[in-house]
Amino acid sequence: MKKAGITIENVHLAFGDTKVLEGVNLDIQPGEFFAFLGPSGSGKSTLLRAIAGFGPTPEGRILIGDRDVVGLDPWTRNVGMVFQSYALWPHMSVRDNVGFGLKERKVPSAQIRKKVDAALELVELAHLADRMPNQLSGGQQQRIALARTVVVEPDVLLLDEPLSNLDASLRVHMRRELLRLQRQLGLTTIFVTHDQEEANTTCDRMAVLDKGVIQQVGSPLELYDRPESLLVANFLGTANILEGKVEIKGGARRFVTKTGDLLPLPDDSVGEGGNIVLRPQNISISRTQASGSLPGKVQHSEFLGSQIRYLVSAGGTEIVVDQSHRAGHDWIETGADVHLVANTQSAVVL
Amino acid sequence: MSLNDPNHVASRAGLVDRLPRWLVPNMTGVHLAAVFIALLLLGLLLVPVAQVMIVAFQDPATGAATLQNFVDFFKTSLFRESFWNSFYVSAMSVVVATAIALPLAYITTRFHFSGSILIQSLGFIPLIMPPFVGAVAMQLIFGRNGTVNLLLRDWFGFDIPFMEGLNGVILVQSIHYFPFILINLSASLRNIDRSMEEAAQNLGSHGLRLFKRIVFPLAMPGYIAGAALVFIKVFDDLGTPLLLNVNNMLAPQAFLRISSIGISDPMGYVISVILVVFSVLSLWASFLFMRGKDYATVQKGGGGMAKRSLKRGEKIIAYGAVIFILMLVLSPHFGLLLLSFGTIWSYAPLPDGYTLQNYVTMWEGSKTFIMNTVLYAGIAATLDVIIGTAIAYIVLRTGIFGRKGLDYLATAALAVPGVVLGIGYLRTFHAIDVPFTDEPMASWWVIIALALMIRRLPYALRACMAALQQVSLALEEAAESLGATKRRSIQKIVIPLMTGGILAGFVTSFATAAVELSATIMLVNSNSDAPLSYGIYLFMQTPSGRGAGAALGIVAVIVVAIGTIASQFIIERDKKLKSSGDAH
Repeated sequence: MKKAGITIENVHLAFGDTKVLEGVNLDIQPGEFFAFLGPSGSGKSTLLRAIAGFGPTPEGRILIGDRDVVGLDPWTRNVGMVFQSYALWPHMSVRDNVGFGLKERKVPSAQIRKKVDAALELVELAHLADRMPNQLSGGQQQRIALARTVVVEPDVLLLDEPLSNLDASLRVHMRRELLRLQRQLGLTTIFVTHDQEEANTTCDRMAVLDKGVIQQVGSPLELYDRPESLLVANFLGTANILEGKVEIKGGARRFVTKTGDLLPLPDDSVGEGGNIVLRPQNISISRTQASGSLPGKVQHSEFLGSQIRYLVSAGGTEIVVDQSHRAGHDWIETGADVHLVANTQSAVVL
Repeated sequence: MSLNDPNHVASRAGLVDRLPRWLVPNMTGVHLAAVFIALLLLGLLLVPVAQVMIVAFQDPATGAATLQNFVDFFKTSLFRESFWNSFYVSAMSVVVATAIALPLAYITTRFHFSGSILIQSLGFIPLIMPPFVGAVAMQLIFGRNGTVNLLLRDWFGFDIPFMEGLNGVILVQSIHYFPFILINLSASLRNIDRSMEEAAQNLGSHGLRLFKRIVFPLAMPGYIAGAALVFIKVFDDLGTPLLLNVNNMLAPQAFLRISSIGISDPMGYVISVILVVFSVLSLWASFLFMRGKDYATVQKGGGGMAKRSLKRGEKIIAYGAVIFILMLVLSPHFGLLLLSFGTIWSYAPLPDGYTLQNYVTMWEGSKTFIMNTVLYAGIAATLDVIIGTAIAYIVLRTGIFGRKGLDYLATAALAVPGVVLGIGYLRTFHAIDVPFTDEPMASWWVIIALALMIRRLPYALRACMAALQQVSLALEEAAESLGATKRRSIQKIVIPLMTGGILAGFVTSFATAAVELSATIMLVNSNSDAPLSYGIYLFMQTPSGRGAGAALGIVAVIVVAIGTIASQFIIERDKKLKSSGDAH
């Protein structure tokens, strides 16, 4: 199976007067598992559909391998797409569904049989070949939809929110399954999701989209640890954002909150903006004061099992603090005066 | 939702409570209503139809069970011919109706086409005219000496036998019934999720192959449902062949045998059995085909199939086809209108002159018909919605044993042709006298109203079911938890919320009952008891009465049209009311 990269160059797209994609540029490597992450209405599905050839023709270029596919009919692109609703044809058996694309490609029927069997084997559902789609569970339908798509050996694989119709436990299982298949087939894959956990756990790199614009591209770790905008910081995990400014005093960088509290910054930290982003697990909470600690009051707390989540008013805002929970640990009561110590090694100033 | 809620038990406290439960059946008002309805359906539907079946298998002289009647039937060449004619006409009507409906459905669902709304509204107009009403007008337009053939002969020197014999029945029926296919097929096409088609394109399919392998199979259940309905309606119809003077078909034969020889002649019953068997068979076939094929695949937010714009040339073809079809479809209406305002219309493309005289004649001659119609259809529609609401409630909201049976029994009326019900009533009620008189019930006008009630019940029932399904069970439970008894919560919550649906059901039942002919024609005993549809039939028997008949036909069309529009209006208003309630 040949691996093709995808290059998106300056793609614009509008539905009537509503701009949906604005100046999208992306380079997806051959064999990469790539995610489009964004809230609903961010344009992520529209971009995916534009790659497959559905919806209005965009401006700009979309290269699959070295072929510009903009304006080509969907049936000529050899792009495999798995639909959010799976779109299994209810009037055809599982075997006929999976064999459909091969039949369209005029593959001899003996070979179709063999390839369909292999594809069903791949998704571990060979025993369901003669069932009708409505006799399958959601998870099974999903795998059949996947088998139907990969059996035609597409150049790239597009997954449109493939896990959104599954229940929570199945979703976790299926995303591992997807990753296993992707690695096994080595297919360049784009996965559209609004769920950061799904994107984090599966993809090599992802693009965060909002309002039709790509906000940031990078590996899940990069995006989480080094967000380039408050939007990305907020979208990936919980972020505490304190307003203030960066000061240099005696050669040391520090962040002064608008309440006048001081947070020392590591020397190699960058960024001069008016916001500091702190992740809840990088803040510790204590009843006693320490150097560089931020005084506050517990407003609310939730026991989540592995950790206790505190909502503390401090630094002119409400700060979420996650304290990992061990047996015998103290649960600080609401209303208590506390002191927060932020691990600013991981802080990002924006 | 239990039948032994605290209020209920409290009201029955006493001896009864101390007896074992199984000894005292839990008879509540709902149970009594169920039993009453069951008896009513038994007496007015099951017994008369069973009577017809039994007589068909009885030796007329001795009453012994026999197949001789059927042997006699198929030995008679006229009956064999009638049988094949009925079958042929029904099948051909499905074919012609498909030819009319398929392009309309396809164009409106697949393309951005500004004529879509026109088709969606005009396409349904045939349904507001009973087919037999338009039959005479069609004769004048498409008949041997009708408008079209006169012009063809003048200009090109040939004519086309549109209306000769069976052709006429096929043309009138398919023009009248094609909306059944149009409605069902369009709905199916619209219900296909866009991703169904996109998935196929994604895998390399397009154009005609895509249509053949994905779109058409997915729309098939809707098409079959519509086609089966057309087949049955045509197979059972009595009025149209009768008015076109085509008597060698099954329903007219049954009518003629019973009305000329009498209710003891077994042939009418044999034909009835055949009609019922075919009705049941085609309903069953469409059910078998539909089973497990609920292809309504539209997902939340998915939207129906992608529409595309027509190219210039395609547009011309599309408009041409649509205009041609609509002209054909509306021709009975134009014809009827011309006829009702015309003086003499014979051997001419158009009437010789125009006058209002027909309406005057009609009004003088048919006041009784109109009064009777309002009375009969009013009784029928009122009973329909009362029984429909009760059955809907019993089926959807109670656990009464055999509740599904009520639904099935009421719906079974769909499979009973009007002719058969008419014969069944004649046979069953001729021996029973009207209370306090010596008149047999079979010739009592109330029987006509009851027959209409049974005929329209399946439709009213569906309307009531739909209305009740929209009333969330939680609303009723909320009332009960606040202390309302079952009865109060039905009265104060359920019925008021169902009003829109019930009213729509009433209006439709009324309008369609007003123009029903096939059962009525069997049961009308004297002209003074006759409703409007029978009046039209009488007028149309003589050439001089045709103008007035057409005028009465126009009245019928207007009645049904107003009914249809009113019921649509009520449903829409109801929908808005409920959706605005949701938003708050």
